[in-house]
Amino acid sequence: MMDNPASSARSSLQANDDIGEAKRLALFRSMLVIRLAEQRAYDLFLQNLVKGTSHLSIGQEAIAAGFAEAMQPGDLSFCTYRGHAHTLARGVAIEKVLGELMQRDNGLMRGKGGSMHLTSEPHGVMGSYAIVGAHLPIACGAAWRAQYKGQDDVSVCFFGDGTTNIGAFHEALNFAAIWKLPVVFVCENNIYMEYTPIKDVTAVEHPAADRASAYGLERIVIDGNDADVVYRTAQAAYARARAGDGPSLIECLTYRHSGHSRADPAKYRPPGEFEQWLKRDPVKTYIPRLKMFGISDDVIAAIERDVLKEVDAATEACKGASPAPLDILATDVYADGTAAWRN
Amino acid sequence: MAELSYRDAVARGIAQEMARDADVVFLGEDVAQAGGVFKTTVGLLERFGPKRVRDTPISEQAILGAAMGAAMTGLKPIAEIMFSDFLAVCFNYIANEFPKHRYMSNGQTKCPLVVRTANGAGSRFGAQHSQSVENWAMMIPGLKVVAPSNPADVIGLLAAAVRDPDPVIFFEHKSLYPIKGEVPDGEIVDQLGTARILRPGKDATILALALMVPRAVAAAERLKAEDGVDVEVVDVRSLVPLDTQTILASLARTHRLFTVEENPRLCGWGAEIVSIVSEEGFYDLDAAPVRITTPHIPLPAADNLEDAVIPSVDRIVETVRRSLAS
Repeated sequence: MMDNPASSARSSLQANDDIGEAKRLALFRSMLVIRLAEQRAYDLFLQNLVKGTSHLSIGQEAIAAGFAEAMQPGDLSFCTYRGHAHTLARGVAIEKVLGELMQRDNGLMRGKGGSMHLTSEPHGVMGSYAIVGAHLPIACGAAWRAQYKGQDDVSVCFFGDGTTNIGAFHEALNFAAIWKLPVVFVCENNIYMEYTPIKDVTAVEHPAADRASAYGLERIVIDGNDADVVYRTAQAAYARARAGDGPSLIECLTYRHSGHSRADPAKYRPPGEFEQWLKRDPVKTYIPRLKMFGISDDVIAAIERDVLKEVDAATEACKGASPAPLDILATDVYADGTAAWRN
Repeated sequence: MAELSYRDAVARGIAQEMARDADVVFLGEDVAQAGGVFKTTVGLLERFGPKRVRDTPISEQAILGAAMGAAMTGLKPIAEIMFSDFLAVCFNYIANEFPKHRYMSNGQTKCPLVVRTANGAGSRFGAQHSQSVENWAMMIPGLKVVAPSNPADVIGLLAAAVRDPDPVIFFEHKSLYPIKGEVPDGEIVDQLGTARILRPGKDATILALALMVPRAVAAAERLKAEDGVDVEVVDVRSLVPLDTQTILASLARTHRLFTVEENPRLCGWGAEIVSIVSEEGFYDLDAAPVRITTPHIPLPAADNLEDAVIPSVDRIVETVRRSLAS
């Protein structure tokens, strides 16, 4: 019996698929969790239920999903203040993240850290750092420990394009290269440092990749909106790190659909730019990819329903949760659990 | 018992801890092959090898950041910042990262590390290599801060700092490196948060730290010999945790309080102690506490100018004498 040509092309595609259906569904689900949780965070902010600041990753989901899905359980993530996505991508419950954004007792750090400092040690999320560049050297240190103890975990450090112009970036890159550390540096180049276009304030076109050669590293620029490309790149970088071949620096091209933070309406964007990038929306463009690999509309719709249900349930749980309790105010300043600085 | 220099005590303290615990690692600029610019770490590379004793580039942020990442994930790093003035270059780690992560994560993470650094004047290096900056560290919640004044304390407090589960800033004094003192044989482990009465007395209490301790002791001896005044000298040793009980108890015996501080006057460590004393020891005071400090100026390089601003034995004697007489 002859297959029709379209079906034959599809079987050949599936037969040669290095990612596989289960992982592709996981990538889609992870991106969707981030997308819907971030949109919900924005809605809750408009209702004055998310306090403080928040930096959303809407439009950048493929990077968090792709790098996290390629990790092993013991691998470590070091994130920035734009870290909700990377925290969710490691499997931290949506309720824990939204609870922290809403500064409730059910939050990941019970309201002591806030949106910019999401940390979940059991998930390998070793912190979200709000001082630009600070966590690149810290990720080097975690990688040094792995190297020293002969452990095979990789430290993965996410940061924005703006970070490439701060000293700690350059110190960390050189340090990781000379010590051949198992660390992967992931630059999410979303075109804007905060409000200013990165190209206006950087001597080279590609703020991370064009600096790689200064540290003896390969120049890597990828489409950060394609989860498959991100996933494959992550796998290669982790394999290199685990093999003892040292660090990688990966520049992922992407676009932030919202402003820098909740205070920023992003009026500095030239007309048409946002619309152009919407055509490359990492979540929406992944649906035809799933279909191309034979995944049915029903399966996709079921994931969409499930994730929305999870986000709704998390939202309700957070709305019903108590505010951050006063009795944790002065705990865990020091390792004895107290804030005692004198006898 | 053997006589050891403060300089050699640093290497002995580090070696004691590295020999005890394979998770103790040491990194800094010129610390391994060169043995340190102050020769405080000679022999460590040879004894413990290049995997544990590591030279770094001139990258203070990388040094402290790497120490933190290693500490968070299971090592016990000792990081050297060559001159304490350079803490300003990597102050983000001192002020924002080491001391806050445990709190911000609601107790999920840890940061057991030691930053050793050469503090203080006497080498005529000028305003960017001679400062006493212990008060920069003291003001930050989440840090511990110690400053030993003698070789035995260098070993004992360094061991306590390495074994402590919190980040400790360890201020060595450049001008104390050549001084010698008796050091017990075998392992020495002291306790953070403990002041020590070096010289008991009944007429006044002098609190001092690091290089100011031998000066305070010398001043006390002169006041005894020349004036018959019996001064108690307390080596504060640990700014955080602060041993306020020893300080308040001393004041309750002597009723007069002096601090001798090398840090510049504004917000120096003695200001906090005087504030505590004014709230909790007010009725023990027979007169206002007196702070003897470096003035609120950048440090000059010239030897005569530097000597004129750092508290000296003469200045301590004259200040105490004048104050007790009034």
